Amino acid sequence: MIRLPLIGALALALTACNGEPDAPQYGSSPNLPEPQRGLLPSMKIPRPANWGNDLPTVPQGFKIQPIATGLKIPRQTLVLPNGDILVAEGSGGYAPSLRPKDLIAGFIKSLGKSSEKGGNRLTLLRDADGDGTYEMQGIFADNLNAPYGLALIDGSLYVANQDSLVRFDYSDGQTQASGPPVKVVDLPAVINHHWTKAMTASADGRFLYVGIGSNSNISERGMDAEEDRAMIWQIDVQTGMHKPYATGLRNPTALTVQPGSGQLWAVVNERDEIGPNLVPDYLTSVQEGGFYGWPYSYWGQNVDPRAQPQDPEKVAAAIRPDYSLGSHVAALGVAFSNPAMGENFAEGVFVGQHGSWNRSAPVGYKVIFVPFRDGRPAGEPIDFVTGFLIDEGNTRGRPVGVTVDPKGALIVADDLSNTIWRVTRN
Amino acid sequence: MVAVSSPGSLRPLHPLHAILLAFPFPLFLGALISDVAYWRSFHVQWANFSSWLIAGGLLVGAFALLWALIDLFRRTIRTGRTIAYFVVLFVMWALGFVNALVHAKDAWATMPEGLYLSAIVTILALVATWIGYSGIHDGEVR
Repeated sequence: MIRLPLIGALALALTACNGEPDAPQYGSSPNLPEPQRGLLPSMKIPRPANWGNDLPTVPQGFKIQPIATGLKIPRQTLVLPNGDILVAEGSGGYAPSLRPKDLIAGFIKSLGKSSEKGGNRLTLLRDADGDGTYEMQGIFADNLNAPYGLALIDGSLYVANQDSLVRFDYSDGQTQASGPPVKVVDLPAVINHHWTKAMTASADGRFLYVGIGSNSNISERGMDAEEDRAMIWQIDVQTGMHKPYATGLRNPTALTVQPGSGQLWAVVNERDEIGPNLVPDYLTSVQEGGFYGWPYSYWGQNVDPRAQPQDPEKVAAAIRPDYSLGSHVAALGVAFSNPAMGENFAEGVFVGQHGSWNRSAPVGYKVIFVPFRDGRPAGEPIDFVTGFLIDEGNTRGRPVGVTVDPKGALIVADDLSNTIWRVTRN
Repeated sequence: MVAVSSPGSLRPLHPLHAILLAFPFPLFLGALISDVAYWRSFHVQWANFSSWLIAGGLLVGAFALLWALIDLFRRTIRTGRTIAYFVVLFVMWALGFVNALVHAKDAWATMPEGLYLSAIVTILALVATWIGYSGIHDGEVR
């Protein structure tokens, strides 16, 4: 007799989670609902599906082709001065399962990932005759450790492994590294809950900026584990000396420098498990010395009580990001466009969105374009590459890094179908 | 709550059943103490300890519960006492499961619900164990 009401109450508690109003959450002042969570976090993991003869969808006037397939978890790409494309392939992280939950959630999330093992290498793609087919595909460097960020400064190719920044010598036209890389500096790698080390070079080539994600969702591994985490380092290329450039950025997964102004921009993945429409992932210009809230607060001064003890001074100092991309979209790539992409897409950034897990209606799983005016985000984003998600239960790809080829092409790494896509104007 | 029958007809639980029943109370009590430690110290490792202690109590407790359920259908020993034992054990397990889900939330999100649930589940484990170890009635069919 006690049983029935109890089971009823349990079922109610489990499902009473989410109405999920699809509030538009784009722009500088997104709608932020009250935090909420049922007994179980909302989880919806679209399963991998095949492309068959289909291709992703691009806007009128553009076409898309796969230029490399069969890769080993491609994440970020770099277009070299001669037009060759380098692809960083790998999969990192050493985070142990601390709780029964970690085992279960880890298994469920793995259902939405490629079964391929990370390549720990750089692949070079070349289109020698310029016909849009990258007929040459070879291994530029091997035996790396989950490489992710890539940057080229004056004949030096920098690669951000999950545990160290390394340098290769590079000369135009080279198809293979001349030897093993030289280590510039160790990067924070303990646990590596968020392992990706995003990277970009300053406009003058003096500095590299490296994004280092937090070691937890919301401090549940303890604050000791967060030393040197959730921040962007500025590294002096000559000396290897580094300092925190900006902090409180939960997981800065892609960095880029704005042409002209030299301003550093980042896309950042925000915290999970407080509702389908919290907390928005964002695109922001990164202010030197700035603090962006994690773990104490989000979107400025919205306190997250899960982080205890709280730090009111930090909360008061937290900067509101520039542009909301929507909650749980998992932005993993960012690149500034150029006029070669056509007048509708000449000024703005492309953002690769890996797609959600913590939401019953999946979001992300596409590449968007955020238009800029006078050097700032202005207006609604425009879908640029879609069609990855077939329906709510299946996806054919998951976009990660995006790179703009100066000649007028968008390069998209897809770590589910292990493909590099190239979008060009007709 | 307990149907009284003549003294001397109580018999102890089967030794293996008794061993299974020995787990939930100390494990849930450990979880409660860990929760109190987390409450006082903010040190998240205590919350991790609680999660595993609760999982352990549920795992072994599930077998004790299953045994109690089977006893319920063995007509010769279905008495008020065996029903009470099963019901308390069942509620302990169900709330313990809810508590495990609450403890799967990140960091301070387990508080304060996790602490309260740990206290309730610990008391229920104590009661269930007490009833169980008091012996079950033999013979009388009700």
